[in-house]
Amino acid sequence: MLAFIAKRMVAIIPVMGVVALFVFLMLRLSPGDPASIIAGDYASPADIERIREQLGLNAPIPVQFGKWLWTLAHGDLGISIFTNLPVSKLIAQRIEPTLMLASTTLVFAVLVAVPLGIIAAWKAGTWIDRAIMIFAVAGFSIPVFVLGYILIFQFSLELRWFPVQGYTSPFVDFWKFLRHITLPTVTLSVIYIALITRITRASVIEVMEEDYIRTARAKGQSERIVLMRHALKNAAVPIITVIGLGVALLIGGVVITESVYNIPGLGRLVVDAILKRDYPIIQGLILVFSLVYVMVNLLVDIIYTLVDPRIRY
Amino acid sequence: MSAITDWAGADLRGKIAGLRRSMLARHPTMAFGGAMLIFMIFCAVLAPWLFTGDPITFNPINRLKSPGDSFWFGTDMFGRDIYSRTIYGTRISLVIGLSAALLSVAFGLVIGLAAGYVRILDAILMRIMDGLMAIPGILLAIALVSLSGASLLTVTIAITIPEIPRVVRLVRAIVLTVREEPYVEAAVAAGTRLHLILIRHILPNTIPPLIVQASYVCASAMLNEALLGFLGVGTPPEIPSWGNIMAEGRTYFQLAPWIIFFPGAALALTVLGVNVLGDGLRDTLDPRIAKKM
Repeated sequence: MLAFIAKRMVAIIPVMGVVALFVFLMLRLSPGDPASIIAGDYASPADIERIREQLGLNAPIPVQFGKWLWTLAHGDLGISIFTNLPVSKLIAQRIEPTLMLASTTLVFAVLVAVPLGIIAAWKAGTWIDRAIMIFAVAGFSIPVFVLGYILIFQFSLELRWFPVQGYTSPFVDFWKFLRHITLPTVTLSVIYIALITRITRASVIEVMEEDYIRTARAKGQSERIVLMRHALKNAAVPIITVIGLGVALLIGGVVITESVYNIPGLGRLVVDAILKRDYPIIQGLILVFSLVYVMVNLLVDIIYTLVDPRIRY
Repeated sequence: MSAITDWAGADLRGKIAGLRRSMLARHPTMAFGGAMLIFMIFCAVLAPWLFTGDPITFNPINRLKSPGDSFWFGTDMFGRDIYSRTIYGTRISLVIGLSAALLSVAFGLVIGLAAGYVRILDAILMRIMDGLMAIPGILLAIALVSLSGASLLTVTIAITIPEIPRVVRLVRAIVLTVREEPYVEAAVAAGTRLHLILIRHILPNTIPPLIVQASYVCASAMLNEALLGFLGVGTPPEIPSWGNIMAEGRTYFQLAPWIIFFPGAALALTVLGVNVLGDGLRDTLDPRIAKKM
């Protein structure tokens, strides 16, 4: 087990290496001079020269990449062009709201989606199943920000149940935090719920055809125990996989949801950075988000062994 | 003899018609998806003749009019008719959705065939694809557009690139399974040249799953175009697209929610149609997967 984790940790290195290479080449291969692209249309030659110096653009490309990797390996993500602050510091300042939103969404989505999927599988072919599936396809199709605005319009402006936008830290005022986080959580959850519901339904239906389910029923187990103890346990692996893969959706969704609800997290940081062309921030955040994605999926692989003892590495 | 053939032909034709009817009956959602797509193409092509006005010129007298008889979907802060802009916006979504689907399948097919058939390339290509997959697609697209400048072409490319790895993985997986099949081994034993094996024996197996995948890429490309537009890095504001109409509506949302709602509804319905079409295609083209999903 430990050997497996170590092996997988090592396997992360080439993946992150490729990510770093992409991020690096994107700026270098884009048409035109990267320094003047970053500086924008109204920059003076001195500004451009300063940025050129800051990014080390005067060295040969392989040297630049090597140097950059070296600083990355030391946890240094570079310095923001506009604020002149280290990117890692900016990220640390903004990470709390994003972590909060991501975790409330993850918990809410799993709590809603898994039961929905089980019900759909249990009632497969009936109108209940069909209604849940229609909801799941619709959840894939509605743009996150449109849903966000519909919810703000209905629940904040019309019914006045929730504040319109903003964020309060749970460590400051927990009740206010809940009121602020509810709509963003629902908004961000919908696509994730749709994904998990579909997979849960599919894998439970597949498992229900197995012999041991028939055996369990034959020996007189109640339908509830058959579903929960026999079916769900065996259907868990694909469900956990999709929860891990769905983190990519979650990360993309966070960027949008934070913009809609004016939450000062990493998503807002990246959107603001784009509008100001603050490339070190964009670079740093892409690296951080990719690392999160890779680590979550490593975690998922480890959870497999705990859920399903048949899987041995 | 000829009578028998004719009769068999008629029978076959009848059977095909019957199959088509039963397919629609079995997959009413697929019919809905197809209808949505056709309706969208209709709107895109005939946009100037669908009771639309000028979607671009400012008309300050009509600022922020709510939906009514003269402006079905209301107007924006520059007095432009949202209905006309939404109808014209269909063109951008359609072009981006279809080109992203075609491009990602084309590149994914070539890379996937290479990875699946050439051992040395496989390791390198798949590591690159793993890395590309680790980057959240929308962030990658945002970074690409903000660096290369927003135009229809760069937005399409930026949306397509994050979709390619999934197509590559799909094609590679199919190639790895199919190349073990007896008929491929027979072809190899018979001395068939590599490109013929690929084209005649392997390629046809990839087509049905790729059609399904293309429909999903199309749906997600349309969503991503709107997201990019919404974040201010989409297609240039001169051409109305669903994304940039909604982006302009953001500041006026409390005053004029219709600027976001109508294009948003158009987008959601279209994406729903394409997704449902994809599900239907998957069910009909590959019954093995259909049983699972």
